[in-house]
Amino acid sequence: MSDSRFETFETAWCPGCGNFNILDSLKNALDELALDPHDVLMVGGIGQAAKLPQYISANSFSGLHGRAVPPAAAAKIVNPALTVIINSGDGDSYGEGGNHFIHNIRRNVDIAHFIHDNQVYGLTKGQASPTADKGSVTPVQVEGSLNIPFNPVLMAIAAGAGFVARGFSGRPEHLKELMKQAIRFKGYALVDILQPCVSFNKVNTFAWYSQRVYELDKEYDRGDRAAAMLKSMEFGDRIPIGVLYQEEQPTFHEQHEVLKNGQILAGRKNDPELVRELMLEMV
Amino acid sequence: MYNLLVGGAAGQGVDTAVNTLEALLKAAGCGVFTVRDLMSRIRGGHNFSLVRFGEETPRSHSERLDGIIALNEETIALHRDKLKPEGFILCDESVKTDDSRAIPLKLQGIAKLLGSGRAAGSVAVGAALRLFSTPIDGARRVFEKSLKPGLVEMNVKALEAGYRAVEPRFERVGGSHAGEMILTGNKALALGALAAGLQFYAAYPMSPSTSILEYLASVSLKMGIAVEQAEDEIAAVNMAIGASFTGARAMTGTSGGGFSLKVEALGLSGMAEVPLVLVDVQRPGPVTGLPTRTEQSDLKFMISASQGEFPRMVIALRHHEDAYRQTIRAFNLAEKYQIPVILLSDQYLADGTATMPVPDPAKAEIYAPEDVPAEGGYARYRFTESGISPRKFPGTRDGFVSADSDEHDEYGKIIEDSETRIRMMNKRMGKLELLKRELEEPQLLGDERPEVLLIGWGSLYGPLEEAVRLLNAEGKARYGALVFGDVWPLPDRLLREKAAGARALIHVEQNYTGQLAQLIREQTGIRTDAGILKYDGRQLSGEEIVRRLREEGY
Repeated sequence: MSDSRFETFETAWCPGCGNFNILDSLKNALDELALDPHDVLMVGGIGQAAKLPQYISANSFSGLHGRAVPPAAAAKIVNPALTVIINSGDGDSYGEGGNHFIHNIRRNVDIAHFIHDNQVYGLTKGQASPTADKGSVTPVQVEGSLNIPFNPVLMAIAAGAGFVARGFSGRPEHLKELMKQAIRFKGYALVDILQPCVSFNKVNTFAWYSQRVYELDKEYDRGDRAAAMLKSMEFGDRIPIGVLYQEEQPTFHEQHEVLKNGQILAGRKNDPELVRELMLEMV
Repeated sequence: MYNLLVGGAAGQGVDTAVNTLEALLKAAGCGVFTVRDLMSRIRGGHNFSLVRFGEETPRSHSERLDGIIALNEETIALHRDKLKPEGFILCDESVKTDDSRAIPLKLQGIAKLLGSGRAAGSVAVGAALRLFSTPIDGARRVFEKSLKPGLVEMNVKALEAGYRAVEPRFERVGGSHAGEMILTGNKALALGALAAGLQFYAAYPMSPSTSILEYLASVSLKMGIAVEQAEDEIAAVNMAIGASFTGARAMTGTSGGGFSLKVEALGLSGMAEVPLVLVDVQRPGPVTGLPTRTEQSDLKFMISASQGEFPRMVIALRHHEDAYRQTIRAFNLAEKYQIPVILLSDQYLADGTATMPVPDPAKAEIYAPEDVPAEGGYARYRFTESGISPRKFPGTRDGFVSADSDEHDEYGKIIEDSETRIRMMNKRMGKLELLKRELEEPQLLGDERPEVLLIGWGSLYGPLEEAVRLLNAEGKARYGALVFGDVWPLPDRLLREKAAGARALIHVEQNYTGQLAQLIREQTGIRTDAGILKYDGRQLSGEEIVRRLREEGY
């Protein structure tokens, strides 16, 4: 797109990595939403996916492993004019950062959370991630993973998330549309993005996903929470992609007595007279 | 100066009685200082407070009691040995004691007659104030502030009944403190943060830091700021960093256990050059330790926490006014040098109340960097002569603002080359050298040319002040104390000067290993000759310091 306002840069990803399509989908989604890059804050933790904020022309915060969501939420809290987007991996978001994942669904700050889910740790070269299939053999899970795979979309719906979607890096147009909806959605929005890891996951390959994913059609009722939970459990021979659940609910800002009237805390100072009044209450 | 102990089981109204007592003493002009000795439970156990008052605001507690208000028998048994011969014990007539200093009153009887046994504490407070010849004119106003409307009249009457039940015994003391605040150390810190422009506070509840979170939450609507209880301490500190990166003055607070969880993010603040104020209200460790008691054992932890090397500052808070002032300073230094600044408090200061003059928040200096135009495009980590790169915030049209925990170039992009790494390390660490020029020397108490120099830090300020006063009054030798506020980087000019003239150096600390003494030796080569250490969760008093100094032969 010649009139793109977002540039992407050379990456350190493996050739053939699903991340390339995810980056392209994101760039196109941001362009189609006509966002000014100066108003976009990209946040990542640590991992191959979490490098994405480094590769697109916008503000970026590359923090700690597992800790992408808290600073992202806080950034939005103090400056609601920003569009805050997290791109990070499944290990980062569901493993190390599992607690923040759960509780920021509950907090419902208006941020979009894009999770590159390849069922494996890429940066540390191939160990099982929380979403790894049972029996996955890795350099650590040498006899195969014993753990039940984490189901992020089911968990998110159960925890009360208002926007829960699953995409596939091999369907970039479809993914772009999901991203646009997630960014536009008022409140916490999750897109779990299935993505092959060409270097370390020889089972869940591009072909493996391509044979299984199918797009939810217009008949699917994304407002039915119970049905969405059932649909979220479908992961095997057939894997649904699309918006699994959507239900607007009051955001953090809309409910917050200080923030609901548009208060911007970034750059703000306190009125010394108010501080003086607090002091006089202690006299 | 007088010293009164109020004791009872948790749930018996010790705190309510103490609050009333403090407010009425202050209304009568007294300077007041209270320490709270609490057990980590909601009901039962033994809780007591020591209320010390006089013409000046006392800065520490004393072991010698002029009076005891005993809401139960146990209080008498536990504390009567510290009561002066001319002291008194106010207790209910049902309490069995052979102590001739006891003044049994119908505390329960009067209170029940007025409507509720819960007002017994007010009867005792009224009697105590009468014994100290202190008027109770402001009682109604005090109760109106602290009690539900339906309880005010009953408590006023209870107080007056107690007041009438005894005769004055001690000469009245008082000064000009009626117009001052009375507040805890945690509140003084919180007011400092607000005066400094705090916009975002995130924390996870943990004693004895929780009252900072609760107080800031209670005023957040009035101030128009955000106060967030995070899902854990890791979230709290990362949220504060995110808020600061985006342009809001931010702080996070906890105690040692919570700080242990925040350690990695402390390094993020240093590496990503995001200003951050962190509060550690110390309690005895390791791990859960003694949750509601006091200790000074996190000093070396604060100085070295987190992997790698990055600039940081650690400021120990000495007393209430110091807590207010240093918190403002912490925000300014954090912002000026784009570093984490740690405020090191402890339970003694955090929960203890004192009278304090109302400062002028309009006069709080707020560091405001010049808005430098971004020539040749904005770079968050621009190499400059000072090593300090101009801050801008996401949303600026001057360029993109990036923070990175990886080693990075001027634009915040990941690098691995040796040359950039060295330049970035030198840039960050160089800021510490500039910061050293702004350090405050420790405060010297007592003699200007001490023969025996006591060395301490933080909330031992008050006990050390009292100790050197008592020692110098004896006239056997010249005693002084250096009490450190800035502990990292360690200021050493005054220490070197006074240590050179002293024949003995004694460190006084609330820990097992003498952490400040170790730091001083590491940084200056100066060795102390002896140490007075305490690690039972109870603060040293001035008297105890004197006694233990004698035992050590100084």
